[in-house]
Amino acid sequence: MGLDIKIPIGLMFSLLGIILTIVGIVTNNNPEMYQQSLGHNINLWSGIFMIIFGLFMLLTSNLIKKKKITLE
Amino acid sequence: METTFNLGTIDWLIIFIYFVFVLGIGWALKKYMKDASAFLEAGRSLPAWVTGLAFISANLGALEVIGMAASGAKYGMMTVHFYWIGAIPAMIFLAIFMMPFYYGSKARSVPEYLKLRFDEKTRGFNAFAFAIMTVFSSGISMYALAVLAQVIIPLEINWHILGMQIGEFDFYLFVSALIVLVYMVLGGLTSAIYNEVLQFFLIVIGFAPLVIIGLIDIGGWQGLKEKLPENMIHTWSVAGSPDANPMGVEWFGILVGLGFVLSFGYWCTNFLVVQRAMAAGSMSAARKTPLIGAIPKMFIPFLVIIPGMIAVALTNIDALELPLKEGTMQTDFDKVIPILLVKYMPVGALGLGLTALMASFMSGMAGNVSAFNTVFTYDIYQSYIVPNKPDNHYLKVGRWTTVFGVLVSILTAYVARSFNNVMDFLQLIFAFINAPLFAAFLLGMFWKRTTGHAAFWGLIGGTVAAAIHHGLTLPASAAVGIKGGYISLIHTYPSEMAQNFWTAIYAFATCLILTIVITFLTKKLKTDDQLRGLVYSLTPKVVDDSRYWYQKPGFLAIVVGVVALALSIIFW
Repeated sequence: MGLDIKIPIGLMFSLLGIILTIVGIVTNNNPEMYQQSLGHNINLWSGIFMIIFGLFMLLTSNLIKKKKITLE
Repeated sequence: METTFNLGTIDWLIIFIYFVFVLGIGWALKKYMKDASAFLEAGRSLPAWVTGLAFISANLGALEVIGMAASGAKYGMMTVHFYWIGAIPAMIFLAIFMMPFYYGSKARSVPEYLKLRFDEKTRGFNAFAFAIMTVFSSGISMYALAVLAQVIIPLEINWHILGMQIGEFDFYLFVSALIVLVYMVLGGLTSAIYNEVLQFFLIVIGFAPLVIIGLIDIGGWQGLKEKLPENMIHTWSVAGSPDANPMGVEWFGILVGLGFVLSFGYWCTNFLVVQRAMAAGSMSAARKTPLIGAIPKMFIPFLVIIPGMIAVALTNIDALELPLKEGTMQTDFDKVIPILLVKYMPVGALGLGLTALMASFMSGMAGNVSAFNTVFTYDIYQSYIVPNKPDNHYLKVGRWTTVFGVLVSILTAYVARSFNNVMDFLQLIFAFINAPLFAAFLLGMFWKRTTGHAAFWGLIGGTVAAAIHHGLTLPASAAVGIKGGYISLIHTYPSEMAQNFWTAIYAFATCLILTIVITFLTKKLKTDDQLRGLVYSLTPKVVDDSRYWYQKPGFLAIVVGVVALALSIIFW
């Protein structure tokens, strides 16, 4: 199929990851919010993980591969 | 314990972004939908990792997620039997032995394979039963989504449109149906598969924090073990007799009933999952599909069963209270996942977990609709209603079938809401029809003498045998009726699950014996030439074209088998 699924997956998880990371950083000094998750800043950790995953998907997708081919 | 979610703006934003991407994928795929094959078979062009993840994701609908968490809470670790013994061997068998016929025969669906191998009536029987079953499953998935959504996200909706009262249930039902409809009409099977892959990652990333925090809270695996009864933390060592475990089943029923008959019947013949493998781009990719799917499949129990066990362990130390089912004194284990999400997840991560849950509902619907589309368009419409039209016609019909399928699903959701008994009854009938299926496929694929008449009557006989066995038996402490015993009561099983396993065993055995006997009594109508590519002994062995040895299906199969075995021993 013409559309490489890695592109939407990569975009979506990068975007969600950035949002959660920002939420995590902003609320990092708010221990009340993370009381329920036993003091762990879940938003920050999930966010960072999702950015890494999203970027990995984008970097291995057709988007990058095609560009490389045209550059060569 | 409060189950209502206090959603923040961030949570809504995450849900919104997910919907944008779901619809965006459909929209981006629209321009590739040029012929019926692209729409209904994904053009047979997808890579193995995509079809592999879709293969297990299609089965990881929300009903499965919620049901497995509930089962984990009720039965503990024994629930993994539905994964390690109840899926992995069948997936290996499908990949190594059956995929060459499904994919190599160029059949576009499982019913079409039955027509090529046997005859028209066997195909018709399977196609109609399957079409009705998928539409009903899709409707049940929608119903469950709407019910859960109105409990956890109350929106206070009470609109009056054209004299009809629209409440929250209707609102959630129509919104989810509309979204599925739009992305399915735009991108067909590819849309369904892509969204299943998206859903897979969402479930893993959304639920993993829940499991990790839950385990930390309870004191790790060791702490979990200490807070649960001994028979909830083992898989096989408590399966010696039905009294020794909360599931009320014994090793033979698990091994043969679940591990062989039910599991092979589902994973090897159900078009909903087999369709994902058939959408792969090459024979090698098609064979690798179930094997790649098997790798995450082995570890999904840790995401869906462990939360159920954590919830029960927490209630055992009075750290959590589970709600009762409305109007009863029984604990409502179906709410385990939402309750743990509320308990542990702060705003943000909560939205993510909720999105994962919603994604699994929607792909549960879409998966069934996509399988329904293909079977209806090719095996019912093109075969019996309007044959011999140009390809473009069937593309259009495929699109309209999507609309039709979603509409019937909505109707089904309302039936499910008003008449719970009707749904129980239908699911029972489907269970009877499915139970003997694998016997007919097994004989058809590996014994060239098997005739069409024999397969057809074997299937009918197996279905009848299932109904008779069910009518003669009853699970302990159940009343005569939908649970069985309606003919007369000659045996009582320790649990409903044990009864199900044995119903399947009897149905399979009956179909197997009947098909063999009738094969000898009837003439073989298909020549060896017609059966080439459809039967094991008449098909040249597939030579895999993977470049490296570690990419070959045979090697993957060994790895998957060894890991599943190791997991079973670790959690013995």
